[in-house]
Amino acid sequence: MTVTEDYIDASGGDWDDVIEKAQGTSAERLVVNMGPQHPSTHGVLRLILTLDGETCTEARVGIGYLHTGIEKNMEYRTWTQGTTFVTRMDYLTPLFNETAYCLAVEKLLDITDRVPERASVIRVMLMELNRMASHFVAMATFGMELGATTVMTNGFREREMILDIFELVTGLRMNHAYIRPGGVAQDLPPGAVGKIRELLKEMPERIGTMRKLLDENPVYLARTKDVAYLNLPGCMALGITGPLVRASGLAWDLRKAKPYCGYEDYEFDVPVSDGGDVYARYRVRIAEMEESLKIVEQCLDKLQPGPVMIEDAKIGWPAKLALGPDGMGNSPDHIAHIMSGSMEALIHHFKLVTEGFRVPAGQAYAAVESAKGELGCHAVSDGGTRPYRVHFRDPSFTHLQAVAAMCEGGTVADVIAAVASIDPVMGGVDR
Amino acid sequence: MSNENERDEAAENLPDQLGRERLAAPVRRTGMFGARTSGDTSGFGGLQVRGSAPAQSQRPFTDPDDPRTADFDRVADDLEAALTAIGREAEVERVEVDRGEITFHVRREALLELVRVLRDDPALRYELCTGVVGVHYLEDAGRELHAVYHFRSITHNSVIRVETTCPDADPHIPSIVSAYPTNDWHEREAWDFFGIVFDGHPSLTRIQMPDDWHGHPQRKDYPLGGIPVEYRGATVPPPDERRSYT
Amino acid sequence: MGIEEKLPAGVALTTVEQVVGLARKSSMWPATFGLACCAIEMMAVGGPHYDLARFGMEKFGATPRQADLMVVAGRVSQKMAPVLRQIYDQMPEPKWVIAMGVCASSGGMFNNYAIVQGVDHIVPVDIYLPGCPPRPEMFLDAVLKLHDKVQNTKLGAHREQEITETEERLLRRSLPLVTKD
Repeated sequence: MTVTEDYIDASGGDWDDVIEKAQGTSAERLVVNMGPQHPSTHGVLRLILTLDGETCTEARVGIGYLHTGIEKNMEYRTWTQGTTFVTRMDYLTPLFNETAYCLAVEKLLDITDRVPERASVIRVMLMELNRMASHFVAMATFGMELGATTVMTNGFREREMILDIFELVTGLRMNHAYIRPGGVAQDLPPGAVGKIRELLKEMPERIGTMRKLLDENPVYLARTKDVAYLNLPGCMALGITGPLVRASGLAWDLRKAKPYCGYEDYEFDVPVSDGGDVYARYRVRIAEMEESLKIVEQCLDKLQPGPVMIEDAKIGWPAKLALGPDGMGNSPDHIAHIMSGSMEALIHHFKLVTEGFRVPAGQAYAAVESAKGELGCHAVSDGGTRPYRVHFRDPSFTHLQAVAAMCEGGTVADVIAAVASIDPVMGGVDR
Repeated sequence: MSNENERDEAAENLPDQLGRERLAAPVRRTGMFGARTSGDTSGFGGLQVRGSAPAQSQRPFTDPDDPRTADFDRVADDLEAALTAIGREAEVERVEVDRGEITFHVRREALLELVRVLRDDPALRYELCTGVVGVHYLEDAGRELHAVYHFRSITHNSVIRVETTCPDADPHIPSIVSAYPTNDWHEREAWDFFGIVFDGHPSLTRIQMPDDWHGHPQRKDYPLGGIPVEYRGATVPPPDERRSYT
Repeated sequence: MGIEEKLPAGVALTTVEQVVGLARKSSMWPATFGLACCAIEMMAVGGPHYDLARFGMEKFGATPRQADLMVVAGRVSQKMAPVLRQIYDQMPEPKWVIAMGVCASSGGMFNNYAIVQGVDHIVPVDIYLPGCPPRPEMFLDAVLKLHDKVQNTKLGAHREQEITETEERLLRRSLPLVTKD
């Protein structure tokens, strides 16, 4: 703890000492350390706030408390194993991470056009479901951080419905590693379409409940209206994308601007608001969830039987799995084919599984509109079976830079609302 | 395109074909399975892997068959015109069009002027920079550290890549934070992980690693840093020390 | 024969250890230490679907000074390690630790420069909960196992004897399926 004529630095130390020291000085400003272990910082985010009474005059952000070295770790695994790593970056939008990565790898392999139609539809469908799950958590944690427990319990309850579908389709609730270079790991299981249709019937009402709870709620409005305002030039300078820039009035959405995975074939609107405040961001998010429902519905209509993995024995992993007697996923047809049908297929399979496929040297950048903004993946290959370098441009990382712009001059209570409205996920920020 | 042709195209990506094209390039690495001594009995000890020569594309950059490249010629013309106006047209070393993406390789001295042009020229208008990516090419002597920028134009709906390099011995690249404030943290990250010093950055400090960390962990000469995993008396080495394919 | 037979209805006899254990386990106050993916599953357990309140544990406190259980949920980076230890030190005794997920238990798939290879390098761990991330049901199972452990924790001299015995048992146990030589 340091005390000067100018400020009192209260990071660390005992609060009693701070009070004692504060009484002996004329300093007006107090520097407090919020996080990295704090319930309202959305994970392990550290905020260093300079307070003048209730006003936050300076906000600095410290990150890196969850740095996992994923990008480096991937350099020692095959390209396919990479999906297992990227899915753990932004753990609320795992399917976006996987898609961005797979799109980059597919671009490097130059097989973008050969990814089966059905795989693309499944990707889009899961991404849109994931967008809803992520937005539900964004609202739930926002509510929790402002002290509205009902919002939190509702958000998590609704998310649970989507996770049930993820579990049915991918086998896991989170960290799916389901989308693979060349397609997806396996086809939709029987009953999945029916279950998603059920969700589509149920979900509008659940979103409606959320809207009823929050849209006109005076307490919520008081905490969110005109709070953490950021205008469009500010967004542009700070590289902000996603719901935040759309809440500042720019209808910028990569799904429309640079369609990938066949997004050009879906009918949906891009919700925009010009409020530029926390409330506008909430309105954009909830409207986006309704649009996502539309897209999922169109996906179900577009689903045609067909392969879900690229028909190239050198790249495509066996994706027609069935449940074996040992309870593990297995592909009896494939086993019969490689063990007794074709020597070449056996060699391909062996090479593919032990060594992985080779990716021609070069670099590629693929971006998707994740629930949080532009999620870019820059993949570099040296021609080997493992990535030479993979870097993710995570939206949360970029957006957290805006904390100072949003918070300074506001009250300390609004800092919480500002950070929560950015919806940063530290796994993605720190990677 | 028929299925047959697609297969042929995939065959071109096989290592032996690529090797044939690259025979003129310097040897980048020898051997397989990572064996450094004579312990490699696989027969792959004599393998020579060559690095690819720097690729350079010739005009026209727009391939009529590839819609992804539609605006490349226009962007290249506009950029050249804008750079000629400020007398820096020679600073773009080469242009590379690959897999539907265009890369401008630029000398680091002119980086800041170039990105200002990219941002301000009405014909270009790249409003959004998606950050800088550090890449460490250990074998690229004299230009080991690459800084890769992607710029996105919302007005013209276009993406380009700008790449600049610096040697390990003099790891300095001008900061573009004054033009694109969003690059503040991205440049700090590239410094933290690769040791690239961005001159002119307002506060170039570590961002992900602890302040007292030694070294820049994502460089290729920095070990992965795993520890052997023990299970009931046996150990498995960390991923970077296992036998592996290249 | 003994006093048990003379007891009026509605009175049960037990040991002080069991009463203390019951009190300790019935209202645990966890200090959240949400770090990564596992933290989201931990929050899901707090939600209505899995409802941790059934075990008297819904008060996920933020202050370590009023907590007796630390759930380390996620990967612990080298930068976070000192913070984690500081939080642990601020918790009053008695305290327990659940290492939630493989990353907290052993470093998991991230065997690299950035991640502490198991939170037991920093704090003592009572329950290792595998999974990436563990399902909420697995977390509930870990909580129940911990409750069992807390319920049956001995006090005073018995506790010391228990520790000595456990240590000896661990030293003498024949483990390896795989041996070094």
